[in-house]
Amino acid sequence: MTTLGTEALRIDGLHKSFDRLEVLRGIDLVLSEHEVVCLIGASGSGKSTLLRCINLLEPIDAGRIVVEGADITARGVDVDRIRRRIGIVFQAFNLFPHMTVLGNVTLAPRKVLGRSPADAEREAMALLERFGLAEKAHDHPDRLSGGQQQRVAIVRALAMQPDLLLLDEVTSALDPELIAEVLSVIRELARGGMTMLIATHEMGFARDIANRVCFLDAGRILEEGPPSQIFSAPREERTRQFLQRVIEAGRL
Amino acid sequence: MTGPIPGGGGTILTPSSGRRSRILDVGEGRRAIAIAIVSSVLFFSAIGLVIVNSPGWPRFQASFLDAEVFAASWPRIASAFWVNIRLFLIAEVLILALGLVIAVMRSLPGPVFFPLRLLATAYVDLFRALPGVLVIFMLGFGIPALRIEGVPIDPFFWAVVALTLIYSAYVAEVYRAGIESIHPSQAAAARSLGLSQLQSMRHVVLPQAVRRVVPPLLNDFIGLQKDTALVGFLGVVEVLKAAQIRQSATFNFTPYLVTALLFVLLTIPMARFVDWLVARDQRRAAVGGR
Repeated sequence: MTTLGTEALRIDGLHKSFDRLEVLRGIDLVLSEHEVVCLIGASGSGKSTLLRCINLLEPIDAGRIVVEGADITARGVDVDRIRRRIGIVFQAFNLFPHMTVLGNVTLAPRKVLGRSPADAEREAMALLERFGLAEKAHDHPDRLSGGQQQRVAIVRALAMQPDLLLLDEVTSALDPELIAEVLSVIRELARGGMTMLIATHEMGFARDIANRVCFLDAGRILEEGPPSQIFSAPREERTRQFLQRVIEAGRL
Repeated sequence: MTGPIPGGGGTILTPSSGRRSRILDVGEGRRAIAIAIVSSVLFFSAIGLVIVNSPGWPRFQASFLDAEVFAASWPRIASAFWVNIRLFLIAEVLILALGLVIAVMRSLPGPVFFPLRLLATAYVDLFRALPGVLVIFMLGFGIPALRIEGVPIDPFFWAVVALTLIYSAYVAEVYRAGIESIHPSQAAAARSLGLSQLQSMRHVVLPQAVRRVVPPLLNDFIGLQKDTALVGFLGVVEVLKAAQIRQSATFNFTPYLVTALLFVLLTIPMARFVDWLVARDQRRAAVGGR
């Protein structure tokens, strides 16, 4: 993994509690540039919380998150500036229902990066074109299928040209026949060298796409390694049990 | 997305549209309509006969339904009503703006904005607690009585200020309910793209929130239309004051009936418009768009 280049993200000793419930209990994780890391683990193991912490949507209790050398959890950092560099795509899409697809994609480039409407639209249309969504540009999200909505959400995050993309179970809310179109978009991003941290229940996909897989259990990274090792020869008993359940559910 | 505006529901033949008010929904077919017409005629004729034959009717008729007094007082009262409408329109614009500012102040999170939240909360608590007439008296009589240089003494001005202060508190709460009805994931999505707190409010939360609260806002404005009559206490010759003047000149109550008629004529279209908006929103929700 050291061959992959410079460090894109470093997490040291991250703790996070909601009231009494400790959701993250000391996460250490390093992502290199252009690396794709998948987070697997049962519901409630802390995958989503970890991603939300990295995007500063949740304040952390202890530890440090460093993005490209800069500590983003330090006091007094400009969170809006940091969020521009980190894209996140949510399980429930969270598109803005009162705007067209084009409005969704161009909002942040116009308001945050100060792009002119014409430039923002040209760039957005190029992205939508690339992901087969150009003809939906002027529709509102409720006119789109779930798969299309999620692809728009990905495009919306990409329009900010993030250095790091966080994907939070982006296919979990989709009908089975719509999952493939979203996964193929993510595959294309991986081929293009996008650094990604992906929480997913799609084990087959994780095996194909990840440079490294991390198994989260009860707020800790219990085991990590290349997918070939994690999926065929897990060292930890808990990992083995989890994968066994996944196989029984027919998801691998 | 926007359906055609229905013409008020006069002709009713297709019940499947679900667009009409429920009162006018008599069922399908000519037979149902015929029954509805006959039963209405009988019912209201019976009530009418009872009223007309009651012992006090002739005196009531002379006192409230005097055609001559009606014709004589109509022009002056109707032109006084124009004062109410002006008052209403000016106050409404100010209320929409001030109410929004207060609601946004109350919805800003974080310790930095605590004083703004406190101020907005105190404002809403205060002006919802005070009787409207009291505010109108205090401002309309009290402040001009201070005789401070440069402070207006025009009662119309203070009427607008008083109504704006009172109604902004209510309207701020309506806006705030709308803001809080927008799922936090919308703000999270906006913030994750790098939009600031205020940008997220302005471009993502508020447009959705305002759309949701248009019907309750309009309801508040029906209340405002009627409360413009309170301003007569300050000596502004608005519709109720004008009616009072006519009443004491003629010793006849028909001018009040004229006033009542004017308010009804103003309010009913507004009420039907609110009904239509609510029905439209329900239809959209049923279609599945969020």
